[in-house]
Amino acid sequence: MRARPPRSLHPLAWWIWSIGLATAAGRTVNPLLLVLVLAVLGLVVSARRTDAPWAGAYRGYLVLALVVIGLRVVFRTVFGGDVPAGAHVLVELPRVPLPGWYAGVRIGGPVALESVLAAAVDGLRLACLLCCLGAVNTLADPKHALQCLPGALHELGVAVTVALTTAPQLAQSAHRVRRATRLRGGRSSRLRGPRGARAVVVPVLHDAFERSLHLAASMDSRGYGRARAVPNGDAVAGRGTARRVTGALLLAGPVALCAGAYGLLDTTIPPGAGLACLAAGTASCAAGLVLAGRAVRRTRYRPDPWLAPEWVVAGAGVAGALALVAGTGFDPAALAGPDTLSWPELPLLPAGIVLSMGLAALAAPPPATVPPEVDPE
Amino acid sequence: MIVFDRVGLMYPDAARPVLSDVRLRIEEGELCLVIGHTGCGKSSLLGAVNGLVPHFTGGALSGRVTVAGRDTAVHRPRDLADVVGVVGQDPVAGFVTDTVEEELAYTMEQLAVPPQAMRTRVEQTLDLLGIASLRRRPLRALSGGQQQRVAIGAALTARPEVLVLDEPTSSLDPVGAEEVLATVTRLVHDLGVTVVLAEHRLERVVQYADRIVHLPGDGTVTCGPPGEVLGGVDLVPPVVELGRVAGWDRLPLSVRDARRRAGPLRERLGHASPDAGGDGPGTRGAPAALRRPAARGVPAAREAPVVRETSTAREVPAVLRASRIQVRHGRVLAVRGIDLRLRAGEVVALMGRNGSGKSSLLWALAGAAKRAGGRLRIARTAGGAGTGAGTGAGNDSGDDSRDANGSGDRHDVGDDHRAGRGGGRGPDGCVDPADLPPDRTRALVALVPQTPTDLLYLDTVGQELARADRDTIERGALDRNAAVGGPSGRHGAGGHGTGRDSEVRNASGGGTGELLDRLLPGIDRDAHPRDLSAGQQLALALAIQLSGGPRVLLLDEPTRGLDYRAKAALTAVLGDLAARGHAIVVATHDVEFTATACGRVMVLAEGELVADGPARTVLTASPAFAPQVAKVLAPVPCLTVHEVTAALAGPDPTPGTAAGTG
Repeated sequence: MRARPPRSLHPLAWWIWSIGLATAAGRTVNPLLLVLVLAVLGLVVSARRTDAPWAGAYRGYLVLALVVIGLRVVFRTVFGGDVPAGAHVLVELPRVPLPGWYAGVRIGGPVALESVLAAAVDGLRLACLLCCLGAVNTLADPKHALQCLPGALHELGVAVTVALTTAPQLAQSAHRVRRATRLRGGRSSRLRGPRGARAVVVPVLHDAFERSLHLAASMDSRGYGRARAVPNGDAVAGRGTARRVTGALLLAGPVALCAGAYGLLDTTIPPGAGLACLAAGTASCAAGLVLAGRAVRRTRYRPDPWLAPEWVVAGAGVAGALALVAGTGFDPAALAGPDTLSWPELPLLPAGIVLSMGLAALAAPPPATVPPEVDPE
Repeated sequence: MIVFDRVGLMYPDAARPVLSDVRLRIEEGELCLVIGHTGCGKSSLLGAVNGLVPHFTGGALSGRVTVAGRDTAVHRPRDLADVVGVVGQDPVAGFVTDTVEEELAYTMEQLAVPPQAMRTRVEQTLDLLGIASLRRRPLRALSGGQQQRVAIGAALTARPEVLVLDEPTSSLDPVGAEEVLATVTRLVHDLGVTVVLAEHRLERVVQYADRIVHLPGDGTVTCGPPGEVLGGVDLVPPVVELGRVAGWDRLPLSVRDARRRAGPLRERLGHASPDAGGDGPGTRGAPAALRRPAARGVPAAREAPVVRETSTAREVPAVLRASRIQVRHGRVLAVRGIDLRLRAGEVVALMGRNGSGKSSLLWALAGAAKRAGGRLRIARTAGGAGTGAGTGAGNDSGDDSRDANGSGDRHDVGDDHRAGRGGGRGPDGCVDPADLPPDRTRALVALVPQTPTDLLYLDTVGQELARADRDTIERGALDRNAAVGGPSGRHGAGGHGTGRDSEVRNASGGGTGELLDRLLPGIDRDAHPRDLSAGQQLALALAIQLSGGPRVLLLDEPTRGLDYRAKAALTAVLGDLAARGHAIVVATHDVEFTATACGRVMVLAEGELVADGPARTVLTASPAFAPQVAKVLAPVPCLTVHEVTAALAGPDPTPGTAAGTG
C-alpha cells in the first residue's frame, strides 16, 4: 500500500460514521455485539486520533461509560422492582418501608441475578452511545466541525468555538491563581469551601471577563460579524426587506415543525397533514437559513476536502446503521440477546456489519501530526 | 491617511475628558509613535483610529475621525477591518483560532477574500514575517515574540493601509522585541504601511519614528518630528537624556547618533572613571562618581573597590543559600542545578530570554514550586520580621525603629550592623520554605507573581490590607505557640529594640497600610484593586507580600506595563527595601531598569546560570544586555545617565545619594 499523505478527515464524515455506529448499537442489547462495537471504536480511535489536545478526551469518555454501567447496576439493585418467580436471588437487601401513597417504588428487597445482568447490558448500551460521542470528539476537530455550519449560523459557531477555547484557559488561570493564593499564605490559602474558593474564583472570573472583552474587541476589529456591504443608504433599505422576510421564514419554520410533530403523534389527525406540515416547516427553515446566509459573505481558508476516504467512512456508517435497522438477512431476535442466563449467541451477519464499520480505521488517511511543542514558559 | 479633527472624548462618570480638541494628521507611510504616561489616553487615541472608541468602549466622541476617507462615526470597527489592522498588547488575548495558519487567514475569511488569494497571501505573510516554519504550530506553544509576530501577520493579511499597535513589545524579552520592531519598520519601509504605535520603552522605538504624538495627560496632544517633541518632554529614553546632560544641541535618538557625538564626553568621563573616581570608603559610601541611589546600602558587589568588596562579602551572611536547584515541568528540566547565594541588601536582576527558567527558579526559591532536586536554606525571619512589619508601622514606636534601622544602614554601609544581626542568629536559624505550610513561608520569603492581581480578590484596597494584617497577626499567634528559640534571635535583630510585642501591635495597627504608603503613597483605600494602575497594583501586592516580614523578596517581571515614572518609583522602593536589609531578586527583561535598580545580574539560559556578577561587568559584557548609555560610552563603564551626571559633577556627595536619603 502506498503511503498516503497525512491529513485530517472531513469532520462531517466522522460524525456520520459515528452516528451510524451509535444507531447500530442502539438497536441491539446483545452484549457480544455491544462489546464488538466498543472494540471497533477503540480500534478506530487508537489508529486515527491526532495528538491534538482534545484527542485525549476518549479516556475520559471511557471512564464515564464505566460509571454509567456501575450506576445503572446500583440503581437496579436498590430500586429493584419485583422479582419474578424462578429468578436467581443473589442477596436480600433490607427493605425501606415507604408510605402507602408512594406506591410503585420499592427500596431494598431481594436482588435477582437476572435483573442485575439486564441492567448491566442496558448500561453497556448507554456506554456504547457515550463512547460513540467520545470517539467523534476525539477524531474530528470540533472547530472544523463547527465551520461546516451554514453561513447564517456561522456566528453561533464562532461563539461556540470561542467557548471551547475558554474552558482550558479558565483551567489554566485557575491553576495560576491557586498557586498565587498559596503564595500569599494566610487564611485564604487554608480555607476550604466557599470562603477559600473566593480567593480563586474572583481573580479567575475577573481574568475571564477581561479576556473576553479583549477577544471581542479583537474580533470586532478583524471584521467578525461584518455584513456583505458597507452600509450606505440603498443597501440598508434593501437589507431591511430581506431581513423581514428572513425573520418571517425562520419564525414560521419551527412553528410548522412543532405542528407537524404534534400531527404525527396525534392519531386523530390524518398522518398526511402532519407530514406536510413537517415538510413545510423544514423547507421554511432551510429557506430562512439560506436567505440569512446570503446577507453574510465569507470564505473558508483551506476547507477540508470531501474525497474518496470521506465517502468510504461516511458510507460505512450509513450502511451499517441501515442494515441493522432494516434487520434483513438475519434473525432480528439475535439482536435482543437471551432472556435466560445462557451465553448469548453472536449473530454472524450483524457482527460482520459492525466489524466492517471498523474499516474506517483503514479508509481514513493518517492524521497530520502537530510538530513538537515548545514550552513557552 | 488618518485625520483627527477637533476630537474630544469623554467617558461616562469621568471627571474630565480623556481627549479634548485633538487635531492630528498622520500621513501615509508614516511610523507614528504615541507616548505618554500610563492612563493619559494613549489606548483611547489608538482605539479611536479604528472606531473601537466609541463603538466598542462607549463614551462620547466629539469631532470627527476619518481613516482613509471613512468616518468612524458611521463605520464600525468591523467595517474598517479592511483598512485598519489592530494588534493589542497581549497577542494571546486576541487570538480567535488556534494554529498559526488559521489565525493568519481569519481576517481574510471575514472579508470574504477568494480562497486562492487567501492561500497566496498567507504564504507571503509567513515569509514576510519569517514565521514560515511555525505555520502548523498551535498558537499557545509559541514564544511571546513569535505570538506577537503572528498577531501582526494576522492583521497584515487583510492588506490594511493602517496598522495600529498598542504596546506590542511590552511583554517581550529584548530579542523578541527586536524581532517585532524590525518587522514593523520593514513594513513601513517596504510596504508603505502607515503604523501608529504606542510604546512605553521608548529606547526601543524612538529612532524609527517619523513623528511623535505626545499626550501630556490633560487631554491635549502635541505632535511633531521626534527631535522637536522630545525636547520638551519629561519622558525620554536614556540616550536623549544623555544628550541633554551633555548639552548637545540636537538631541540624539539612536545609539549610533549619540555615539558619533560622544567622543569628547567619553574623554571627560575617562578621567572620572570608576577606578579613578571612587576609592575612599567614606561615610557616604565611597565611589562618589558612580554611585546610584538604588545601590546605597548594598555592601557587596558593584561599585565598591575590590578589597572592600571581598571583606564585606565575608561579613554579610547569606540570607538565602541554594545549591543545585532543579525544577522540572513534565519532561522538560526548566532549571538545571543552580547554585545561588543572596545577601541582605542585594538587589539582583535575573535575566534571560523567555523560557530560560527565570520564573521557575523564582517559584522554586519561594518554596512554592516543587523542586526536582537541590537544597534551599533561607534565614529565619527574626531580623526580617522586624524590618518588614516594624518599619511599616507608623505609630509611636515605628518612627524610632525606622530611624534606627534605616540610618544605620545609610551611614556606614550597614556592615557592622548586619554582622551583629547575623551573629545573633545561629546557623540553625535557616529553614527550607518548601517544608513549611504556605502561611509560614510568607514570613521567610515573598514572591510577587507576574500578574500581581492574582493575589487580590477583595473588593477594595482597604479590605486587602486588613486581610493581610489579620493574616500576619494570626501567623504571629501561631509562632508564639510554636515558640522556638525566639528571644535571643529577636533581640539580636539589631536596631529594632522594642521586640516582638510592638511588632504585633504595629501589625494590628494597620502595618500593611503603612507599608503601602511608604512604597507608593496616595492609593485610595476605597478603590477596587482592579481599577488601580499597573504600578499601583504592583505596590499593593508588594505591600501584602511584605507584611509577613520576610527577608527575601522575589519579583517576577514587575516592570511589565510600567511607564518610566512607575519604574523610577519601583527602583526607589527596591533600593529602600534593600537598605533595610531585604535581599531582592527581580526577574526582568528591562535592561535600562536593571542598570538603574540592580547591583548584581544573573543571566539564565536553558535553565543554567551562564553569568553572575556585578551589574557593570555583566551588562557591559554582552551587546544584547547593554543599556543605551553603556553602548554610547563604551569603553567607559557607565550604565546610566545618573552615573554620568554624578561623574561630571565630581566626587562630592551626588544628587543621587541625596535624593535617596530623602
